[in-house]
Formats: sequence, C-alpha cells, structure tokens
Amino acid sequence: MSNIIEATKIKANKISEIFSNQKAFIAFLTAGDPSLDKTEEFILAMDAAGADLIEIGIPFSDPIAEGPVIEAANERALRVGTTTDAIFDMVARVRTQTAIPLVFLTYMNPVFVYGVERFFAACQKNGINGIIIPDLPFEEKGEILSVAKAHEVDVITLIAPTSQDRIQMLAKEATGFIYLVSSLGVTGVRSEIKTDLAAIVSDIRAVTQTPVAVGFGIATPEQATQIAKLADGVIVGSAIVRLIAAHGSAATPILTDYVREMKAALV
Amino acid sequence: MSKGKYGIHGGQYTPETLMNAIIEVEKAYEHYKNDLAFQAELTELLNEYAGRPSRLYYAKKMTADLGGAKIYLKREDLNHTGSHKINNVLGQALLAKKMGKTRLIAETGAGQHGVATATAAALMGFECEIFMGKEDTDRQALNVFRMRLLGATVHVVTSGTMTLKDAVNETFREWTTRVDDTHYVLGSVMGPHPFPEMVRDFQSVISKEARAQILEKEGRLPNAVIACVGGGSNAIGAFYNFIPDADVRLIGCEAAGRGVDTEEHAATIARGSLGIFHGMKSYFCQDEYGQIAPVYSISAGLDYPGIGPEHAHLHDTKRAEYVPITDDEAVAAFEYLSRTEGIIPAIESAHAIAYAMVLAPTMGKDEIIIVNVSGRGDKDVAAIARYKGENIYE
Repeated sequence: MSNIIEATKIKANKISEIFSNQKAFIAFLTAGDPSLDKTEEFILAMDAAGADLIEIGIPFSDPIAEGPVIEAANERALRVGTTTDAIFDMVARVRTQTAIPLVFLTYMNPVFVYGVERFFAACQKNGINGIIIPDLPFEEKGEILSVAKAHEVDVITLIAPTSQDRIQMLAKEATGFIYLVSSLGVTGVRSEIKTDLAAIVSDIRAVTQTPVAVGFGIATPEQATQIAKLADGVIVGSAIVRLIAAHGSAATPILTDYVREMKAALV
Repeated sequence: MSKGKYGIHGGQYTPETLMNAIIEVEKAYEHYKNDLAFQAELTELLNEYAGRPSRLYYAKKMTADLGGAKIYLKREDLNHTGSHKINNVLGQALLAKKMGKTRLIAETGAGQHGVATATAAALMGFECEIFMGKEDTDRQALNVFRMRLLGATVHVVTSGTMTLKDAVNETFREWTTRVDDTHYVLGSVMGPHPFPEMVRDFQSVISKEARAQILEKEGRLPNAVIACVGGGSNAIGAFYNFIPDADVRLIGCEAAGRGVDTEEHAATIARGSLGIFHGMKSYFCQDEYGQIAPVYSISAGLDYPGIGPEHAHLHDTKRAEYVPITDDEAVAAFEYLSRTEGIIPAIESAHAIAYAMVLAPTMGKDEIIIVNVSGRGDKDVAAIARYKGENIYE
C-alpha cells in the first residue's frame, strides 16, 4: 500500500513560488474536524478554489495561542480520536492529488513527544513543506531547527505586534514565509485591526526578502484587500474553522465559495 | 539561547507575543533581586503584613502517637490569607509595582493563590482578574466569594478539563491580549523562565526560616523535610535551603487521587513523561501523542498535570524523592492532624502529613522530620464533609 502511495506521490511546490507575481491566500483548518476524510476533501476543495497554501492544524489538548473558535475545533478533532499518525496518512493521500504547499501548525509538545527526528522524517516523507509552532520562540528554536532543516521543512517565524526590538533578529533567520501576527491576543475574527502593520513590514523588509503573510483576525474580503496592500499574503483561520463548525461534513461547497471570494479580493 | 535550565528541564517555550513581556520581567527581577531597598521593602511586607516568620511547631502529640521521629510542623497555614502563596504574591506584586504595571492577573486552583493575589492587589492598588476552572469554582466556592470581596473579578474557565491547567491556559491567553499594563502573577514554580526561579526565590523564605529555627530548637538539621507537590512552589520553598545539606532527605508528596494504577490521579513523577508545555520542559501526565492528560485529585491545588522544572531536575539527580499519596490517605491525614494537634490543614498539605504518618514510625526517636503545612483547611471543610457522605453546603 505504502509503495503505491510512494509511486504516485506528487512533488510539492516550493513555498516561495506562491508569492511570485501574486498575493498569496493561505487557508487554515484543523485536521480531524469533523473527520480526517473530510479534512482531505476540504483541503482539495480549497486548493481547487484558489488557495495557495494550506495550514493544517495538528490538534492539541491545550492550544494556548488559540481563541475559542479554533480551540473548540481542536477539542472536536481530539474527541473523534485524531492522532498525529493518522494525520500523516491523510497528508500522504493529499500529496497524491496536489502539489500545493502544506504547512503544519501545532504546539511543541506533540512534536517533542512524537520524537523530533521521527516527526520531521515523517513530514519529509509525506510532503510537508513547513511548520508553525506558536510556543517555540526564537530562543528555543534549537530544539528542532537542525532536524527540521535536514528534512527540508521550513520552521516558520512568527512576528507579533509586541516584537519591537526583536523584529530584525527574528526576520533575519526566517525561511519559507514570515507569519506576521496582526493583533495582540489569540486567534479569532476581529472587526478592526489596529496594529501599525506597515511599520512592522518595513522593519522586516529592511533585513530580509522572505515574504510576509499576515494572520489573526482576518475574515472578510475587504480586510483581505486592505492587508494585501502591505503584505505578500493573507492567512485566514478562524473564519474557515467557523464555517466548518457550522456546516460540518457539508462544508465543502461553502468553503469553495468562501476561498474563491477571498482569493479574488487579493487581486 | 535557552535560559532558565535545570539540567535538561526548564526553558522559555512561550509565544512570541509574550517574549518581550517575559524578558521585561526577567530584567526587572535580575535588577531587584539584588536591590537592598527592594528586599527590605519585601521583608517589611512579609513580616508586618503577612505575619512572618511562620512558626516551626513541635507536634508533641503526633510525635508521641506515631512513636518514631520527632515531628515539627512549619506553619505556613498561619500566614495572612492562610497559605504559603502570599510569600510569592507579595514579591511579584512589589516587582510589578516597580515595573509600573497597574493590573495583576493570575490562575488559581484551590483558590489560595487567587485569594493571595487579590489580597496583594487590594493592598497595593492594582486592578485584579483571576481565572479559575469551573470544577474548582464549584468545589471552592468560599474562596471565589473571598476574591470578589477583595475586589477581584473572577473568570470561570469552562474550556478543557475546567481545572488548574485550563486556568493557566486562559491566563496566558489573557496576558497575550493585554501585555502593556499587566503582570501575570504565576502561582507556582512553573511556566517559562524567569518564573520557576523567581517564585522559588520568593518561597525559599520557608526553608531559610525553618533551617535557622530547627538549628535553634534542636541544634541540628532534620533528617527529612516533607511537602506536598502540585506545581511545587511550597515544596521548593521548603526544600531550597536544605539542598546543599546532603544528609537531609527531601520528600515531595504528589496527588495519587484514586490511585496511580487508575486513570484518576495527578502523579506526574510516578506516571508522567518528559514533555514541553506551559512554557517549560519537564514531566507531564500525557498520552503517546503528547496530548496532556486529564488529571484528578480531591485537592484542587494539586490537580495539575505537570511539575516545576527544578523538581524534575531534583528527581533526575535523586536529590529529592517523590511519593504518591491517595485521596483516602490525604483525607485520613486531614482528620488525624485536626484531632491530634487541633490543626486543620489544607487538603493539599494533608498529602504531606499523610506521608509523615508513614515515615515517622519507621524512624528513630532521635530523628527529626519537618512537615510543611502549606495552608489551612477551612476552605476544604465542606468538600471533606461531602467526601465523607455528609451533605454540607457553604
């Protein structure tokens, strides 16, 4: 079975390619919500609707950087028995059908306890391009960086409105793309983003060519258009997870429409 | 560079949004811990307001009854607000004041840390918000009202297992939302550096006093120091100044709930494994995929799936021993100390008493045990009555 998957595996596109000559739309969803079969279907549907990169959340019991919407998705996914191994199998199936870059979002403990070497080897084998770990700051990157690099997985750098004097230190070593957190607090839909993103982006651009995508609080096409004026990409999580929560297994056509509309707003 | 390491444990595994806030605390603490005026101000607060030094009481009847080692009780239950928590809170609140913060937030399990934080906030004029799991607001209703009385807002946490770990999650989330004017008064020797070190330093007053007191009373050091361990703040405080005294056994009592062979316990050292959570590398109760396990103890203050990194290191190096104590043993000790010495201990502290009851009879009459009575048990009376099948409502 695994040989068949191996034989038909599609080579993943590079993360950097999605930012060339266009603004990228990055979609997040939690693996296993409501089931891994549905997650596979949602990823392919969002890919077909124009998403440029998919962030796949590996659910964690205690997602401290998440707001209530994604936290609830984590709980739902764990309740139906979603495991890291089953997520890797799902990713392998997705990789036989698309070249879209795939990035994991999870917390340090699921990676550490799985075994750092074993985890990143599985990422490489199954076609994962990068990883975002909210509770792994610059100071602790040594925990995974050399292993991730050896397996060609980008460790995505997060920059926050409170990063201030840290911005250049963080940006200098960033690979893949930079995840710029739009607002203080946890993930979730916001009516207004007050951070001076332009100033942060300009600090970042002073030290690196690595593309900058903005996330946290973006839900509407109007917000996406606005953000795309100053960054290379837009990340949407809670708004998508909310649609999945509301429509469950029937969410596919709704996600297709939503992603199409958001992607169109970036042009 | 990773900071705040205890052997392989510790570190600073915190979201980027909080890194500058944590570095700010770290820098302020590095400065003020060596500042004589700050230390004098803190000592004044501890002595005049909190009632330190706490007594080292010779438990004569308990000693005679158990028939072995002489038992001394370090009476942290006699501190203002009724537990050791005030030692750390006064230190952090004073530091927050120096840092120009105007708002304190904190998690609480049993409510002792929340009450202590609300108290310091009232005293020093901070805004105060406390996060407490719904399970705990139900079983510690008295402390919830006490915090409100002190002017704090209590947020009931309904996510996850609705206990201490979820209260910690929620307080971290709140801190990321409002960093500028807010200090997170972490209640135990856990979380990212500098919290394990700073909280330990503020709690080490317990063993600093106890060491001098036992030398004065007995002219010698104890053979063993016993304390209960959740995150581990009262235990590290009781151990710290005895760590260089290699002949003094240091014994931490973990909550074994309904037994370490059941699913319902919070015995991190007995049943946990290495992980990275709540800002630190340490031991945690978790599954093979690193999902944090739901834990259980009759004691809300010990109902936590991890342990502070310095304890994890003391365990690795075998400098300290950690033993599991069940609900039944703790309740028996709660009743025993009440009847024998007229001291009602917190159900958390009763875990330490329980092990003293096991250990003392095996030791000689010329040997000495110090038990840290980390808190008083008024808050637990109704819950213990219910445990015994009596329907008492507060």
